[in-house]
Amino acid sequence: MSGGDTVSQPLLQVSDLHVEIASRRGIVRAVDGVSLEVAAGEAVGLVGESGSGKSMTLRAILGLLPPEARVTAGQVLLNGADLTQLGHSQLNKIRGPKIAMIFQEPMSALNPVMRVGSQIAEGPQVHLGMNRRQAAERALELMRRVGIPDPERRFRSFPHEFSGGMRQRVMIAIALSCEPSLILCDEPTTALDVTIQDQILRLLARLCRESGTSLVFVTHDLPVVAQVCQQLAVMYAGRIVERGSVQGVLTEPCHPYTLGLVRSAPDVDHPRASLVAIPGSPPSLVSPPAGCRFHPRCKFAEEDCTVTEPPLRLLDAGHATACLHFERCLDELRTEGADR
Amino acid sequence: MTSQPQGTAAPGAVLTPPPDGPLLEATDLAVSFSIGSALIARMRHQEHVLHAVDGVDLTIQRGEALALVGESGSGKSTLARALAGLQRPDRGAIRLDGNVLPDRRSHADQRKIQMVFQDPYSSLNPRLTVGGMLHELLRVHHVVAGNEVESYTRELLGLVGLSEEAVHAYPRQFSGGQRQRVAIARALALRPELLVADEPVSALDVSVQATILNLLQDLRAELGLTLLLISHNLAVVRHLCDRVAVMYLGRIIEEAPTETLFASPRHPYTQGLLAAIPRMTFTAENDAPAVRGDPPSPLRIPAGCRFRTRCPIAQPICEQEDPELAAATSDPSHRAACHFAFGTVPPPHPADPAPAEMVKPAGAAGDEGVKP
Repeated sequence: MSGGDTVSQPLLQVSDLHVEIASRRGIVRAVDGVSLEVAAGEAVGLVGESGSGKSMTLRAILGLLPPEARVTAGQVLLNGADLTQLGHSQLNKIRGPKIAMIFQEPMSALNPVMRVGSQIAEGPQVHLGMNRRQAAERALELMRRVGIPDPERRFRSFPHEFSGGMRQRVMIAIALSCEPSLILCDEPTTALDVTIQDQILRLLARLCRESGTSLVFVTHDLPVVAQVCQQLAVMYAGRIVERGSVQGVLTEPCHPYTLGLVRSAPDVDHPRASLVAIPGSPPSLVSPPAGCRFHPRCKFAEEDCTVTEPPLRLLDAGHATACLHFERCLDELRTEGADR
Repeated sequence: MTSQPQGTAAPGAVLTPPPDGPLLEATDLAVSFSIGSALIARMRHQEHVLHAVDGVDLTIQRGEALALVGESGSGKSTLARALAGLQRPDRGAIRLDGNVLPDRRSHADQRKIQMVFQDPYSSLNPRLTVGGMLHELLRVHHVVAGNEVESYTRELLGLVGLSEEAVHAYPRQFSGGQRQRVAIARALALRPELLVADEPVSALDVSVQATILNLLQDLRAELGLTLLLISHNLAVVRHLCDRVAVMYLGRIIEEAPTETLFASPRHPYTQGLLAAIPRMTFTAENDAPAVRGDPPSPLRIPAGCRFRTRCPIAQPICEQEDPELAAATSDPSHRAACHFAFGTVPPPHPADPAPAEMVKPAGAAGDEGVKP
């Protein structure tokens, strides 16, 4: 998703990715033709509700899919090399030094019986060929960078002795330990309180800016994306329905689902008389509706929406939508703006 | 969205003539839990009693929607459970319509305060149909005559926007939003005077949250319901409530009408909390977080003002004196527990590089003022 005029090859290029999960009710098409580009130094937000396939996309990039899920088509190119073709040992050479991941629940992602310092030092020892002392020094430096107070003492602590926010700082330190070019974040602040979330988001934004690391940030929370990312892709029922710059998508949503998301969340600065909910619930991914997958919940839906599956088409500078009647979103925004 | 049958008494409507005075009044309410063994705690010089709610005064006027906000561990849910009679307080009194509620409440008293829980997946009995659930409730509490149970159930389902077929369905057949509607119908079935909703939308998807918030808003308008909403989401609170009480480590530290609180928060914690909300239009270019540090453990509450360890304007007095929740002279409805809430505010400390507090490893307690 590099902005229009960049010629250089993107750092990460996901093209036409399909992930299927075998379940008792049939084959769930969790990710159904997702294409995504991340340029060097860019932060891309991937937003959607539960079941939209955003986490599966992220896991497929790193080859971390659950055993019942598999990539059935598509490519994940990192600097031109296809990660979906790599075996276990080759992927392990990518995980850490090239791509790192930050999970939602640091308590279940960290090793509970290993000291925090050793967990941070493990990566540099394995991937960067550092000896124990060098790795320990690097771990201390990282702990200082992510704002863990008193790192010399905390080095020998266990994860359970840390608060939720501090554990997430440890996760960030581990992710940064081998200087990856890309960090994948799966709802890293969802389990945190709002003041701690604010601290972690600012920390992530600063560290990525300083080190030029790219970021793919998965969340269900639109305002959180606005804090960290420059680019945004909205997922619905396994597909990307809209993408563009964060500013562009949030101020001028060109897909009724994005418009619905923006308007269904109460805004703390501009309270509205009543919230506009999206009627209905997300479709089953075993047998999704024909045509546009959002049409049963869409108030702009026409006859053609039930037949044609709308492709993601480019509107202007990097802003793309998969809606046949996106003008209606803009019209509605305009009339609403005039009413104010 | 909700269709209210015309001409019948609305379920949940208050039938008794409203007396004067607040609907609910809690004074000096405290709830604590003991953690682990007292002996081991003493050997380690630790506190083993967790003061979840530590002396709270709260009044709720009839018909108003009051929000209780705070971070996890602030005691907001415990306070709500104590008000609903699900948690026995250590001390303090809860008055409903001026009458003190005893620790063991009568059925009639239980009826008056009903609760909606956060997770509609675990708060409904999976082996009862919606009809079975409501019928049982109505019979036990004798809400309506036996021959009216069926029609009243249908009316309740209509009120929360569910179809009549829902009577025969089990909770597993519903989506999260619909389950939360069932939970609301169950709470309203007893015609409560106060509905306590503990994070009613935080387990739901964003697009579904709005339908439940709109439902609560409609119910307030239709039934004149009194609502106590517990939430960590300040946007939800601003949307739904008339008045807000902010909790920090078991105490209410600021209380004001919603618009006053959002326009001019007086307590440094409230100010930080409001600044920490992620905005749609804002990118974090300023690296300084709104509130630094982690909240201290409720087992080791700082002496003096509880917020001083994270406060940007803390002064020596904050360590010595615990500020009272005091009203502004110009506006008695606005109360804050800060020495500098309504007077001259000392300048903020220069940017402090080290985040102050964090959970200490077990056994390393004691270098901080411990509340006796």
